[in-house]
Amino acid sequence: MEKLGNKKLDMQKLLAPLALVILYVAFSIIGGKKFFSVDMVKNILESSYYIGFMAFGVTFIIITGGIDLSLGTVMMCAALLGAYTFKQLHFPLIISIFVTLLVGTAFGFLNGNLVARLKLPPFISTLGTMMMSQGIGSIITKVQSQTWPTATEPVGGWFKKVFIRCDLFGIKAFPVGALWLVAFFIIASMILHKTKFGRYTFAIGSNEEAARLSGINVDAWKVAVYTLSGFFVGMAGLMYAAAYTTITPGTGNGQEMNGITGVVIGGTSMAGGSGTMVGTLIGVFIMSVLKNGLSAVGLQAPWQTFFTGLVVIGAVLLDIQRTKAANRVKKS
Amino acid sequence: MGETILRMHGIQKYFPGVHALDNAQLEVRSGEVLALIGENGAGKSTLMKILTGVYTKDDGVIEYFGEQIEINSPKDAQDRGISIVHQELNLMQDLTVAENIFIGREPSKGLFLDKAKQNQMAQELLDSLHLHISPTTVVKRLTVAKQQMVEIAKSLSFNNTKVLIMDEPSAALTESEIEDLFVFIRRLKATGVGIIYISHRMDELKEITDRITVMRDGQYVDTVDTASTPMEEIVKMMVGRTIYEEPKSQSNVAPDAPVILECEGLVSDDVKNVSFKLKKGEILGFAGLMGAGRTETMRLVCGADKRDAGTIKVNGKEVKIHSPKDAVAAGIGYLSEDRKRFGLCLGLSVADNTAMAALDSLSGPIFVSDKKIEARAQEYVDKIRTKTPSVKTLVRSLSGGNQQKVVISKWLLRDCDILIFDEPTRGIDVGAKSEIYKLMNQLAAEGKSIIMISSELPELLRMSDRIMVMCEGRVTGELDIAEATQENIMTFATKREVG
Repeated sequence: MEKLGNKKLDMQKLLAPLALVILYVAFSIIGGKKFFSVDMVKNILESSYYIGFMAFGVTFIIITGGIDLSLGTVMMCAALLGAYTFKQLHFPLIISIFVTLLVGTAFGFLNGNLVARLKLPPFISTLGTMMMSQGIGSIITKVQSQTWPTATEPVGGWFKKVFIRCDLFGIKAFPVGALWLVAFFIIASMILHKTKFGRYTFAIGSNEEAARLSGINVDAWKVAVYTLSGFFVGMAGLMYAAAYTTITPGTGNGQEMNGITGVVIGGTSMAGGSGTMVGTLIGVFIMSVLKNGLSAVGLQAPWQTFFTGLVVIGAVLLDIQRTKAANRVKKS
Repeated sequence: MGETILRMHGIQKYFPGVHALDNAQLEVRSGEVLALIGENGAGKSTLMKILTGVYTKDDGVIEYFGEQIEINSPKDAQDRGISIVHQELNLMQDLTVAENIFIGREPSKGLFLDKAKQNQMAQELLDSLHLHISPTTVVKRLTVAKQQMVEIAKSLSFNNTKVLIMDEPSAALTESEIEDLFVFIRRLKATGVGIIYISHRMDELKEITDRITVMRDGQYVDTVDTASTPMEEIVKMMVGRTIYEEPKSQSNVAPDAPVILECEGLVSDDVKNVSFKLKKGEILGFAGLMGAGRTETMRLVCGADKRDAGTIKVNGKEVKIHSPKDAVAAGIGYLSEDRKRFGLCLGLSVADNTAMAALDSLSGPIFVSDKKIEARAQEYVDKIRTKTPSVKTLVRSLSGGNQQKVVISKWLLRDCDILIFDEPTRGIDVGAKSEIYKLMNQLAAEGKSIIMISSELPELLRMSDRIMVMCEGRVTGELDIAEATQENIMTFATKREVG
């Protein structure tokens, strides 16, 4: 019985990487040269940065059995306010970067308190902060688009070089962002799989009441989980800013789905209590290959939205099947 | 007594690792009340679940009015006139009696519900059962006993019920309510319905049942006439090869042993001024009927619920317990009766569950040490002989008794000196039970202090050094093991008003 269960789990571990390869090959066949190019790989990488950071953060939340719908708008709000302090208030760039991280972290802290201390359902509280963050960005910037420095700008030209690409190791336009992504992937995995913080994250998601009765201060740890996720969303804001430069108020809605779907495709259960960071990383690349692949084969934004929706449903269906299978083992 | 309506025989049911029913059998006659008794885990509920289509049997025959039938779903059972009234009520509290009875099959006039007709149909049904309940009363305004009768009426309203199963119907009722229930059952019986009555209360069985079928360890033992069989004999059949050792004859605790836990004046909604002392190395039993407030009291002690008043002293010093964290820090570990809900993270490994309360001591400045965790977990697996393929195995795949041992390991690893066992052997098979008993004795001998809540008197008498008896949130008696008997415990447990 148990052997069978493990075998099934192994299959599921293989499923995501397999899907990634199949997707890439499929797009290469349909898209031909256009897809199978260095530029495309760069595009895929660049859009995976911000999705990746969102996904790393929300992986922790989903493993506790929660959800964060405010990812996308908080990311934009953070990037928007960071740019605002840089362009309009003429803060030094480094301070603006700090502001961006702070905005993300603060919203995470707020979410954490709403969920853990005030006992609001995560779905509702983060739906609230989703709209709040979108609103705040627009209010402060008076609905004006804000820009981060481009690579050629004299002030802050290093921003893109540090976060996205620069000539490094003798390679022209080396994707520096990938280094950041990998570095934070390693940090996130270590936190999730090797620290007390991570162990409690799993425990809370697996059985919150049992965790509480074991003497774990569940509420405090939950606030910490949402706050950490908020920091990652702030990082996502920076990566988005560095990749796309211009931030438009009132956007970001729907971006959260890229992150959440990436996590679920990667094998983290919406029911909480199980998941891996590696899975999330692969899930993120699936989302970003899909995004870029669709546009490479000539299907534009509306189609991308449509397919993202489809993938969300597919991923959650898969998750329900997984949970059912796990419960079946439990009963016996 | 009437003809045989239902006969089940040779029933087999396997769950992975457990032979739940082995050649179980049962016969119900028209117009009789058949008691189905047996200890926890004897297979009563599994057999009833097969009869009502919740489980399917792996082998065996069900004959119904002489015809061999298969019951594949709860609807199958219902269509054939086999109904069950569960221990927990399943009524919708905010709907009326009539709405509850006809939920899902409301009479309608065109597009609209026909409330008048529904109420009239309900009234007819209630009248036919001589129940003085108005069909338009909202259910939550009825007493529990009345609600139960509504539930029974509801189950009888399906295509003329022939077999009615009642699962511990008296568990939540007061004495006088039980009388009402019996009047009702007698009336029902007169209409020719065969009733299967599951209960643990011997005195009730004498009063209301005609025959008694005894089950033990998933097997059929015997069926006897209630009137002509002395109760002692029935108890003997239930217990069978005396798995229980003799009750403890005297306390193992020296009279001058230090008091390790002292609770005074604990108060909450369900707990009324409870005080008790626990001595070092003692096993203190807590007896009482369902709803006596034993679990509620212990949840206050371990910080799971907030108390309104009362002090808790550990080793003579008052400790502030506002959360489970505080209680654990004070060395109090609680093993819930519902370990799946309150004790374990089923989806995590044995090692992670064992280490859960003690991660602080098993991690460095940043990282937890999986090596240490697994080593410590293995240590306790060996010490208390938990049967698991490895410490990396998910707790979900262990049997009930071994899951319980994982919870025990968790508190031992945390170095808790006070262990609260709440129904530690519920849902555990007989062999595992005696292992848990052995383990508890061993722990007490090592100087741990144990509180044991149990609803099984023989278990309490066997294990405890002293027994506290509770009723309706109050402590109504305290007995040294030397003087405790089933009888005097029950007297205290039913002592509703105390001066």
